Amino acid sequence: MLARDEDILKAAEDWKKAGRGVALATVVETWGSAPRPIGSNLVIDDQGNFLGSVSGGCVEGAVVTEAIDVIESGKPRTLEFGVADETAWKVGLSCGGKIRVFVERVE
Amino acid sequence: MRLDILNALNEERAARRSVVVVTNQDSGTQRLVKAADIGADPLKAVLEKHIRSAKSGIEETPEGKVFLTVHVPSPKLVITGAVHISQTLAPMGQLLGYDVTIVDPRTAFASIERFPDVKVIADWPDVALPAIGIDHYTAFVALTHDPKIDDPGLDVALKSDCFYIGALGSRKTHARRVERLKAERGFSDNDIGRIHSPIGLDIGSVSPAEIAVSIIGEITQALRQEPT
Repeated sequence: MLARDEDILKAAEDWKKAGRGVALATVVETWGSAPRPIGSNLVIDDQGNFLGSVSGGCVEGAVVTEAIDVIESGKPRTLEFGVADETAWKVGLSCGGKIRVFVERVE
Repeated sequence: MRLDILNALNEERAARRSVVVVTNQDSGTQRLVKAADIGADPLKAVLEKHIRSAKSGIEETPEGKVFLTVHVPSPKLVITGAVHISQTLAPMGQLLGYDVTIVDPRTAFASIERFPDVKVIADWPDVALPAIGIDHYTAFVALTHDPKIDDPGLDVALKSDCFYIGALGSRKTHARRVERLKAERGFSDNDIGRIHSPIGLDIGSVSPAEIAVSIIGEITQALRQEPT
């Protein structure tokens, strides 16, 4: 990636080594105008602390909730987010894009 | 992701080496491929393509559907000569994501007024360049027209594996430079063949800013296009 990121992957390693439950979320596919490129990371701990981003802030809340489940179960999950008004009760991307996010536990 | 993979990944990134994490979408298995090991990897061609473009993504392979997370160090642009061309080349480099440093021992040139937002080191290249670290993800450009300053910079660059070396000067100037680099510093024709001179893409540039465009274009080509 060309743009500089704060060091999310280093944080994931440090958090895990400090004994926290940690999950890593990665943007694996995008369609249309997606706010963050493929490969972007969000790191989440079992207390709901997070660093980084997978969207412009639209879906991070939902990813964090799912990530806490993944930390508990250890089963990776793939999440999909689309436009906000598609299903009113779901969070979505107001930019009109669609993204797929892979969430895995750091073992 | 396994902690040992994450640990190795962060070590490679800290050492400014390219690395790819290959995650199988069906089985969930993960492995780390270091830049040095790509040549021997069954997914060599796909991995090389992704490293070159610095893009992560999904690929269909004989191993199944895999997600490649690509980590390539951010590139550096090192320029000798706090000259007119550098005044536009440096900010262009920054816009393209390069970590830009200008080296010029002449303090009158290397002033903050002339380069408000760029790292400028008022020292000789043989001192400054090793400290900056000229590595594979570095482009080196010699722009002073002064052999006393450009030659020691070229010396350091030619001994490194940086991805681009360019030197300003006419064909005549370059011919004299080649003679000096051979006679005084012992470089071979092969070494000297790495130097782009005349510098920049041939787009008829006239002004210093246009020359900067041709240089940054040539650097981009060296970074992204497969050598022919």
